[in-house]
Amino acid sequence: MRITQGTFSFLPDLSDEEITKQIQYALDNAWPLSVEFTDDPHPRNTYWEMWGLPMFDLKDAAGVLAEVNACREAKPNYYIKVNAYNANYGKQTVGLSFIVQRPAEEPGFRLERQEAHDRTIRYTLHAYAADAPHGSRYNGHQ
Amino acid sequence: MTDTEVPTSQKKTDRWSAGVIPYAEMGYWEPDYQPKDTDVLCAFRITPQPGVPPEEAGAAVAGESSTATWTVVWTDRLTDYKTYQAKCYRVDAVPNSDQYIAHIAYDIDLFEEGSIANLTSSIIGNVFGFKALKALRLEDMRIPLHYVKTFQGPAHGIITEREYLDKFGRPLLGATTKPKLGLSARNYGRVVYEALRGGLDFTKDDENINSQPFMRWRDRYLYSMEGVNRASAATGEVKGHYLNVTAATMEDMYERAAFAKELGSVIIMIDLTIGYTAIQSMAKWARANGLILHLHRAGYATYARQKNHGVNFRVLAKWMRLSGVDHIHSGTVVGKLEGDPNAIAGYYDTLRLGKLTANPVKGLYFDQDWGSMPGVMPVASGGIHAGQMGDLLHYLGEDVVLQFGGGTIGHPMGIAAGATANRVALEAIIKARNEGRDYRKEAQDILKAAAKQCRELDIALTTWGDISFNYESTDVPDVVETPTSI
Amino acid sequence: MTRNRPPSEPDAPARVGFGMGRPSGAAGPGGGTGMGTASEPSAEADEREILPMDARVDLAKEREATGIDEVFDSLDADLVGLTPVKTRIREIAALLLVDRARSRFGLSTSRPNLHMSFTGSPGTGKTTVALRMADMLHRLGYLRRGHLVSVTRDDLVGQYVGHTAPKTKEVLKRAMGGLLFIDEAYYLYRAENERDYGQESIEILLQTMENHREDLVVILAGYKDRMDTFFVSNPGMSSRIAHHIDFPDYTQEELEAIGDLMVGAEGYAFTPETRKTFQEYLANRRAQPRFANARSVRNAIERARLRHANRLMEATEAVSKEELTTLAPEDFRGSRVFTDDDTNGTPNT
Repeated sequence: MRITQGTFSFLPDLSDEEITKQIQYALDNAWPLSVEFTDDPHPRNTYWEMWGLPMFDLKDAAGVLAEVNACREAKPNYYIKVNAYNANYGKQTVGLSFIVQRPAEEPGFRLERQEAHDRTIRYTLHAYAADAPHGSRYNGHQ
Repeated sequence: MTDTEVPTSQKKTDRWSAGVIPYAEMGYWEPDYQPKDTDVLCAFRITPQPGVPPEEAGAAVAGESSTATWTVVWTDRLTDYKTYQAKCYRVDAVPNSDQYIAHIAYDIDLFEEGSIANLTSSIIGNVFGFKALKALRLEDMRIPLHYVKTFQGPAHGIITEREYLDKFGRPLLGATTKPKLGLSARNYGRVVYEALRGGLDFTKDDENINSQPFMRWRDRYLYSMEGVNRASAATGEVKGHYLNVTAATMEDMYERAAFAKELGSVIIMIDLTIGYTAIQSMAKWARANGLILHLHRAGYATYARQKNHGVNFRVLAKWMRLSGVDHIHSGTVVGKLEGDPNAIAGYYDTLRLGKLTANPVKGLYFDQDWGSMPGVMPVASGGIHAGQMGDLLHYLGEDVVLQFGGGTIGHPMGIAAGATANRVALEAIIKARNEGRDYRKEAQDILKAAAKQCRELDIALTTWGDISFNYESTDVPDVVETPTSI
Repeated sequence: MTRNRPPSEPDAPARVGFGMGRPSGAAGPGGGTGMGTASEPSAEADEREILPMDARVDLAKEREATGIDEVFDSLDADLVGLTPVKTRIREIAALLLVDRARSRFGLSTSRPNLHMSFTGSPGTGKTTVALRMADMLHRLGYLRRGHLVSVTRDDLVGQYVGHTAPKTKEVLKRAMGGLLFIDEAYYLYRAENERDYGQESIEILLQTMENHREDLVVILAGYKDRMDTFFVSNPGMSSRIAHHIDFPDYTQEELEAIGDLMVGAEGYAFTPETRKTFQEYLANRRAQPRFANARSVRNAIERARLRHANRLMEATEAVSKEELTTLAPEDFRGSRVFTDDDTNGTPNT
């Protein structure tokens, strides 16, 4: 399974060069970048762990890519994404967000159905990975 | 009748004499009037009957949309009539035609706070059948910020919607279930499931799918949400299906909306045909209950399409933004339905920007300050396909929902394949744009390269690559940008 | 699996999209894994087609196209003397231009090491030349952005454990695509204090200078003798410096010329008498301690302007334009440089 969160998840995984170009696009728009990681893939998980603080006032992508690679090295079995933030009035939200690393095996989700009255079902998603505690969820080979 | 003090622009003896006098002499034509920041301003395209001077026609429109009637009445004297009467302060001839653009100012006190029903009854309620005019069209309206602030505005708005869905940096993708009519609920849910799991963000009830003998609303909701949730589990994304809650009465609408909420839908939809009051009620409900509100502009073209008569869509768009919808269909430029690129750019600006500047090329007659009212997400739907992705991004920008009904469901490999083709095409174009490529000129190359690794897209391009809809638009702005050489 | 790219491998493909943990060839919804890309040319600015074997390259035209002559001209105009420095800069430019020309024939050479050290007394033009160097390297295509980030030890080293690494990395990130100028670099290394965190910063710098050669150029600057000591104790740093450029102290004539330039730029003028007084001033000042070359000249001129202004304020008649713009000998005479002979610690102006 492959979760398709983020802006480019239907394309082949981005190479470092392609990631650099996206980072540079964000910097050219004066959007600071940040790197985040998680092992909780649920679509409503808004708050991934922050890898360092957002990087403000940069002009060149190389520094950001270095942080991305440092995060990959430190967290080889986590989902990692790069966010670009648009702080302008009327926006004040994420401008671009894409996944740059995924665990080797993504077990996906179980759809849980709870029967309510008549034919009504209450649905919830349960990530198989979440059966294990944080830190030991994705033990795939690197 | 004794003479009373009247401004110099009015003839001293005639204003209050019983009988009929020209509107222009009753104070409805005021060329020296300076519009106040608090006035509602309207630009009307008037086609006077032969023999009627343009200022008189403009004054007549001002009069008939505010305080006047066909004859002088003494009870006018019981009011501060100068405040309450609308003033036509400017009339411009439209070159090469028998039309004029009249600018009319209305005092803010004429309108009930926060009521589109009242705003529209006031301005368009009475005047459009007026015999002195051959035709009349409301082209644009400037709503003062003071009045904007009395409306709820979009229940969520573009930013909150994106944060809700956790989808950034690209347009959203949708599709209307097809065929338009006749599918049973269980089959309907299959279409929803396939399209969403294949890669679309949303699927949509069509505007005329409400609750018919071939499919009742409750069954449709149950099966659609099964499809939505299955697709969400398969992809790890937030997915939605616009459940149409349009019904005959408000009570029925509330019942349907409540059930949609109970089933956990992120979004519902309504048709324009429910009326302004119902739309505002639903917007209020949507904000209170946390569901995104999609509006289908059903029926708008009956009065918005012809250039000389009716209400321009940009005015309707403003009313809908004030009312509080989160999505509204706004045109595609390159699809099967009517639309001129400059006019559509004007509509999109009207819906999305926080502050508009008057721009005759885009057909925007006035500045418009929306304050901090969030934007409405425009929806582009109608005859578009993956091969047009470069043009679509160029004309419509990033904050838009692109709906590919036929373009998804008609894919030879199936619905999910159609959805995948559209999603891959979109992501590839966005990626190329960010990389600095001329994504419009190179669109075919970009898509073909992406198609090499996505069979679904390859087939889609082969099937629809040559389709385009090129007809002369019936409604273009008066002003065309001509290139200048220095 | 190390993420650091091995140095100087011109023909190695750029890193393939990684960290996906997915064996190559597995199909995802979009099909395929990270796409490998062709090897990057060493001079990234030059992406023209490879020339045929018998083509000829007009180096003078190439140079004109980059616009570096503008940089040289402004260097000559704005900086007096510094002949060895200017020569070395032209030599570096020639090397880079020839490299670019070679790459047009498809000859891939490894990117030359451009890290430098500038040694000399304060006020000899090191920072100014660094700024121009950044511009030149950008025009030649060796720096993506060509901006200058100027720091000292305090910007790089922290006050407590764990503080240094993020501080240094922050500075390096800001400098990417440009030039990092570290003034008085020897303060990074304090041999006498084992708990000094400067060593950590040096290590991070060394790693970055090696692994991010195409992202960043580093210039270390300071007094020559102290820089020499620093390099002896830090052979790793010394081996990464390709160009050692010394900035000699200015001669008397050069200082006078600098003074002339500055005075003219401010819209003032010397009379012949003032000029003689100024020369005397310079001779005296140079003999005194903590003479900071061009900076001291600037300070002297500022003081002279102050005295000039006060002198005019005491005048009883209206002043002419000429008086407003002419510096008189007494405007320099007033300095303690002429009266003090001691070395009591505070520099005289």
